[in-house]
Amino acid sequence: MDLTLYVWRQNGPEEKGKLEQYAAKNVSPDSSFLEMLDEVNNDLIENGIDPIEFDNDCREGICGTCGCVVNGIPHGPQEKTTACQLHMRQFSDGDSLTLEPWRAKAFPVVKDLVVDRTALDNIIESGGYTSAYTGEVGEANQTLISKPDSDYAMDAAECIGCGACVAACPNGSAMLFTSAKIAQMAVLPQGEIEAAERVQNMTEAMLNAGFGNCTNHYECEAACPKGVSVKFIAKTNREFVKALAK
Amino acid sequence: MILDGKCPTGPIEKTWDKHRFDMKLVNPANKRKYKVIVVGTGLAGGAAAATMGELGYNVEAFCYQDSARRAHSIAAQGGINAAKNYHNDGDSVYRLFYDTIKGGDFRAREADVWRLAQVSNNIIDQCVAQGVPFAREYSGLLSNRSFGGAQVSRTFYARGQTGQQLLLGAYQALSRQVKAGTVDLKTRTEMLDLVVVDGVAKGITYRNLVTGEIESSWGDAVVLATGGYVNVFYLSTNAMGCSVTAAWKASKKGAFMANPCYTQIHPTCIPQSGEHQSKLTLMSESLRNDGRCWVPKRKEDCEKAAADIAEDDRDYYLERKYPSFGNLAPRDIASRAAKEQCDDERGVGPGKRGVYLGFQTAIDRVGEPMIKERYGNLFEMYEKITDENAYKQPMRIYPAPHYAMGGLWVDYNCMSNVPGLFVLGEANFSVHGANRLGASALMQGLADGYFVIPYTIGNYLAGVKPGEVTTDHAEFKKSREEVTEKTEKLLNINGKRTVSSFHRELGKIMWENVGMARSEESLKYALKAIPELRDEFWQNVKVTGEAKGRNGQLEDAGRVADFLEFAEVLATDALHRKESCGGHFRTEYQTDDGEATRDDENFCYAAAWEYKGEGKAPELHKEPLKFENVKLAVRSYK
Repeated sequence: MDLTLYVWRQNGPEEKGKLEQYAAKNVSPDSSFLEMLDEVNNDLIENGIDPIEFDNDCREGICGTCGCVVNGIPHGPQEKTTACQLHMRQFSDGDSLTLEPWRAKAFPVVKDLVVDRTALDNIIESGGYTSAYTGEVGEANQTLISKPDSDYAMDAAECIGCGACVAACPNGSAMLFTSAKIAQMAVLPQGEIEAAERVQNMTEAMLNAGFGNCTNHYECEAACPKGVSVKFIAKTNREFVKALAK
Repeated sequence: MILDGKCPTGPIEKTWDKHRFDMKLVNPANKRKYKVIVVGTGLAGGAAAATMGELGYNVEAFCYQDSARRAHSIAAQGGINAAKNYHNDGDSVYRLFYDTIKGGDFRAREADVWRLAQVSNNIIDQCVAQGVPFAREYSGLLSNRSFGGAQVSRTFYARGQTGQQLLLGAYQALSRQVKAGTVDLKTRTEMLDLVVVDGVAKGITYRNLVTGEIESSWGDAVVLATGGYVNVFYLSTNAMGCSVTAAWKASKKGAFMANPCYTQIHPTCIPQSGEHQSKLTLMSESLRNDGRCWVPKRKEDCEKAAADIAEDDRDYYLERKYPSFGNLAPRDIASRAAKEQCDDERGVGPGKRGVYLGFQTAIDRVGEPMIKERYGNLFEMYEKITDENAYKQPMRIYPAPHYAMGGLWVDYNCMSNVPGLFVLGEANFSVHGANRLGASALMQGLADGYFVIPYTIGNYLAGVKPGEVTTDHAEFKKSREEVTEKTEKLLNINGKRTVSSFHRELGKIMWENVGMARSEESLKYALKAIPELRDEFWQNVKVTGEAKGRNGQLEDAGRVADFLEFAEVLATDALHRKESCGGHFRTEYQTDDGEATRDDENFCYAAAWEYKGEGKAPELHKEPLKFENVKLAVRSYK
């Protein structure tokens, strides 16, 4: 199949960017979206044009490195799918695709489709952990955790930190990302002890990093390639109120 | 040279405890004076950096990804082994030790493997304390499943994302230390040289992948945890950025490369669908708990849809060949068996390079919802890639390069032959011998990072004056100049072929001649073809862009250049090892029914290769392997 691409090209964080038009020819429907970009880049290199820079690594949908906005939707049209797991059979011959980087104040563009997501790491650094030192921490089965609680924690922990939720949010909020970690830790006995401090520190770090706040648009959940639920945001709000009462 | 692994002596059960007591300590006030460099933030590197930070060392950690949370450990699906014996099914530290030695086809050091088995239980405790959401029973107790090469259930898991959850645990511990100021984390940096001063590792030179600057950093010790090298085959289950570069640069500065020919070809991956393909995707070994591998009994049936092949016309070849382990035969054996069926022209799917992994029997037994709970995400991933529903029809799978058992040579302390250079996780060669068992990579990464290096680095640093050599030293300037020159050289060739076309061609040479089956003839061919391709690369590669700023093509070019050198050592090692063992299968050395024939008389050693300069053959050094606890025996899973 043949497609027309409109790709955001921007040389650096301080430079102006613009959309450039490229042709993607003879694309196999079995190839992934990123493999389609590989082929386009090979053509660009052969024609002496600098290839499109895009972040990617595992290409299995788990590392959270890849992602761009495809026709207005983070990671493209297929539900619960990262850009690397999106396959070209989802598109039709003759389609036009507009490719843009995640757009959010907290994610400055590095080059083309590559953005700087250090702000997400800063949120985790502010409290997204239990303060357990490595060493003798007690036998694993000493603390029982009910299966529903454990499953709830795992549902939250599935977040891959790609930032699609931020790109989808009209406020550029990282609330889904932040609350997934808060909720995972709050429901587990190991994390409960520091829950009050954690929710305050992490939500504050989120705002300090330049992310907006949550006003319940739920675009984040729709864009999340792992289907992380907004119920964790509700849990976070509850944890926040509980922390204030302490 | 005969190498000494410096293993402690005495009863194996006491070796690690005794060694821990014998090692020197650095007192807490003095730890602050030392600086340690850690390259790589996967399970081994992330855990090491976090733990050494907790101990009070000044740690500087480097990774090429944009965040420490993204190292390829994250893609491990199935699980992590530990000898907890929660199931009362006969497990013990000794059994995990035994299974790992046997699984590695008697090509690993006993003492190292014992230590791994011993600390395996601490790892599970530690991860639970971090809030890793392992799968649990309704009782609230931790759940287990089985993996290949073992007859007990000792694998802990978090759905199909165990590696992700363990890595996030390590990343979060690391983030806590970044916040505490003990770890200085430098993301989007790639190590391009090891700086050695008077024979001792004292720092690294790296490229800042955002600005393009070539910079250096000093450390009283350097820890490499930079993963494996199977992207030398181009198509593999590794991430796109995985490379041999850091290890190879260390090798060029004197560190020995051990057993590079031990590469793991994983039996259950989604087959290649076309020329566009950039990587192969693994389907977790855990699927073989419930999935059954089969091909049609008759060649004529290969074109039929799976559903049209009657039960009696199916050959469940693993169950037939290995009745006691069945579908849970170890990886090397399961891979070769799949290849054997396809070579017999009974493969299925495009190009007939595939076998079925069917779940109908399991669905009939426990129902589709249970299978969905166990493997749902894997079935989804399979459908996204192949457009096929594996609940309705069997998966098609084929072996693919997955893991490197070989790596930089290290002694019992995880230190290479270059003093001050430590190597952890997949990047070293230590515990898996010639074949790694499933769910053991996560165990090794975390064992090295959380429970080995924090002790052994103290023993080394106790004899080092802190901060004696810093980046002012002339060797650092020289190193930066050399790296800059190499970068310029790559950019100035301005030839006609893309970097990826060279990588693809190298991969083809390696897969066809140094892959699942190797012969003297194929290896000699590879040893001729690789240098030719390398010469062409340096004449005709086209690297676009500039040295400054982000340049993905330049990054790839450097990695492919290193693969083109390293591949020759891999093939040389494979040619010299005139036996079949584990993942190294030489067609000349097999039994009548196609099983590997080991030669313990002549090859019961680790082969460590010393780099001797461009265009020169590497020099072989040997470390003899002694088996005092597990008797050398023919490895049978029948």
